[in-house]
Amino acid sequence: MSGNAAIARGAYEAGVTVGTGYPGTPSTEILENLARYAPEVYCEWSPNEKVAFEVAAGASLGGARSIVTMKHVGLNVAADPLMTLSYITVEGGLVACVADDPGMHSSQNEQDTRNYARFARVPLFEPSDSQEAKDFMKLAMEISEKYKTPVILRSTTRVSHSRSLVAQEERRAPGTVGLVKNPSRFVPIPVWGRPMRQRLEERLVLLKKEAEASPANRIEWRDRKLGIITSSIAYQYVREVWPEASVLKLGFSYPFPDALINQFASGIERLLVVEELDDILEQHVKSLGYAAAGRKFVPGIGELSIDRLRASRAKLEGCEMPQDEPSPFSQDLPPRPPVLCPGCPHRGVFYALGKHDVVVTGDIGCYSLGAFKPLDRMDSILCMGAGISMAHGLEKAGEPRKVVGIVGDSTFFHSGITGLLDIGYNRGRSTIIVLDNRTTAMTGHQDHPGTGRTLSGEPTKALSIEEFGRACGIDRVLTQDPYDLDATLEAISGELEADAPSLIVFRAPCPLKERKRVGMRRVVNPELCKGCKLCLKLACPAIEYQGELPVINPIFCAGCGLCEQVCPAGAISTEGKP
Amino acid sequence: MSEKIRSVVLAGVGGQGILLASEVLARAAMIAGYDVKTNEVHGMAQRGGSVIAQVRYGPEVYSPLVARKSALVLGALEQIEALRFADLLAPDGLAVVNAQAIVPVTVSMGAAKYPQDIESRLWKAFPKLIYLKAAEMAKDLGNIQAANIVLLGAVSQGLDLPDEAWQEAIAASVKEKFRELNLKAFEAGRSLV
Ligand code: SF4
Ligand code: SF4
Repeated sequence: MSGNAAIARGAYEAGVTVGTGYPGTPSTEILENLARYAPEVYCEWSPNEKVAFEVAAGASLGGARSIVTMKHVGLNVAADPLMTLSYITVEGGLVACVADDPGMHSSQNEQDTRNYARFARVPLFEPSDSQEAKDFMKLAMEISEKYKTPVILRSTTRVSHSRSLVAQEERRAPGTVGLVKNPSRFVPIPVWGRPMRQRLEERLVLLKKEAEASPANRIEWRDRKLGIITSSIAYQYVREVWPEASVLKLGFSYPFPDALINQFASGIERLLVVEELDDILEQHVKSLGYAAAGRKFVPGIGELSIDRLRASRAKLEGCEMPQDEPSPFSQDLPPRPPVLCPGCPHRGVFYALGKHDVVVTGDIGCYSLGAFKPLDRMDSILCMGAGISMAHGLEKAGEPRKVVGIVGDSTFFHSGITGLLDIGYNRGRSTIIVLDNRTTAMTGHQDHPGTGRTLSGEPTKALSIEEFGRACGIDRVLTQDPYDLDATLEAISGELEADAPSLIVFRAPCPLKERKRVGMRRVVNPELCKGCKLCLKLACPAIEYQGELPVINPIFCAGCGLCEQVCPAGAISTEGKP
Repeated sequence: MSEKIRSVVLAGVGGQGILLASEVLARAAMIAGYDVKTNEVHGMAQRGGSVIAQVRYGPEVYSPLVARKSALVLGALEQIEALRFADLLAPDGLAVVNAQAIVPVTVSMGAAKYPQDIESRLWKAFPKLIYLKAAEMAKDLGNIQAANIVLLGAVSQGLDLPDEAWQEAIAASVKEKFRELNLKAFEAGRSLV
């Protein structure tokens, strides 16, 4: 079972009845797995993490056990409800499952969610494999309900996407729901909020005791010459690199279990802290007065691995790591970065934008790949929704070129609407493009408010991006088929010239999701091809070129027809091939 | 059951079916009674980029990730991907490479070159090499999509899992109507010399 499936299983066994979230690698499959337990569990993709968090908080206030799932950067969006929910407290247990991405496999930054636990003064659990992911979810739920506090369960890419064996148990029967009126508990206006602030600190003292006695934290005594404090996936690497060392393994890692740390630190000769990303544990252990080694030997950037920790071990022991040469046969291999899929409907839009000297502020999704050469048509990416708002800021600052903002459909609903509202309200002039492929593609094709389907597969209203645009005060709203290259070029040119803000929705379903070709496969006729290489500007992985004439790989071609429209020599056609 | 942890790396290009192959392998190891950990790539990297799946099994497995020079077998569905991850293979490990070239966009753009001497490089890089035409073998059996399972069959030659575990794992991992095909595909790879 994957770590994510195990987290979902844990939530199910803990009697959770409400699960919410917004897709984000590596967290996405938690909620997808939990949704399989419908109708016992109600699950939804919310428009964004803040909404998801608040929906779960509402359920919890009524007494239901709930979870909310997101990736690390999603917690920034949901930080607002988190920071005050710890004041007003929860009734039914609430666990926020947040997945970090050390190494930035699929993320724009490498922030360490453990900081949020301390920031919001909420307990933190860190599983190191799938069995723990399930067990800790249940423990977290107990702690949450016992102390009426939201809890963070922090996973990482390697915990979420690794599989290991998990023993299953029965589901705990859910309790009854019904909000018990108690304004001095649930309404943090200053007169009631100040005592909440006080209670928050008192609760932390109790939680520290709880962490010190928790089965999630344990000391493994082995050789006492070296003792290692570690948590999460780093524990697994430590066990292979230092099989002989004593280990304090923290699974319930905030509030810091000081009594355990003291007991461990005073029982060993030399102390090392091995943690992925920030040096949170190390700084704390040092603040308790122990001379701990950590960041000096263990890298704080990127993910850890057995190999990196072997180098740490060598450094710690004062010997050089034997540097073995990489195989000469593996030199100068052509890189294979991710690319827009063959037949991707976004491709033509980037190609068309390439014809204009404009600035493009982009956003997060498959279309981030439009930043790579040769499409090379994205100048910035900040965070979800910023594709729209930053375009507006750049335009207001007096950028001499026209500014185009690009977001995807799911991103538009996530946090694009407020940016568009700003443009409509504050008399902006940017051209905003929504690349609407009818799904949240990058994370594996989840539904969203525009798709007309819920997470559980039920039909629902498909909300219109165009109508949102008009409601935000944008008068020039266009819908265009991105596979029609001439019309796409024309739409973009027309809107760039207009002296008013506009919204162009390029709509075509993601062929990867539809699992079918867009049209008939194309072939290059070598007799007509002039070798001008214009078709290569599309960066379609199906068009292969090694110095003679381009050829289209029939296995990959999705038949979108863009290359045929680009080719000035008429060399690309369907030639009757299905 | 010896005390050793066995590590296997499967590599290829996003969309080639690496994940299914690793699932079958993990399941076979589980059926054979081992502790198993696997890791696979999701998200950004699945869009036509290089992908690897890592499987480790043994009496007790800690890390899901394979350390350098420790894999017993490296199976690759694409040639340059075999070389890209060659570093993970133990010096006496077995490499199983599908004789297929998928030209990366970086090459089509002219930013890089696909090594023309690929086959001789493979023979030099891997002292123990099975170089097979998995796609053609799968096509002959009726479906080119089963190339991943042909490859897995060849990979199985370097592992100590029993036939029954493999068969049961395949049956449990693929749809009923593809079962026969995949069992045959596996056998074709396993019996290759
Ligand atoms: S655009 Fe047409 S003529 Fe030019 S290289 Fe491509 S196929 Fe050949
Ligand atoms: S080869 Fe041409 S028709 Fe086929 S997917 Fe690529 S751009 Fe579309």
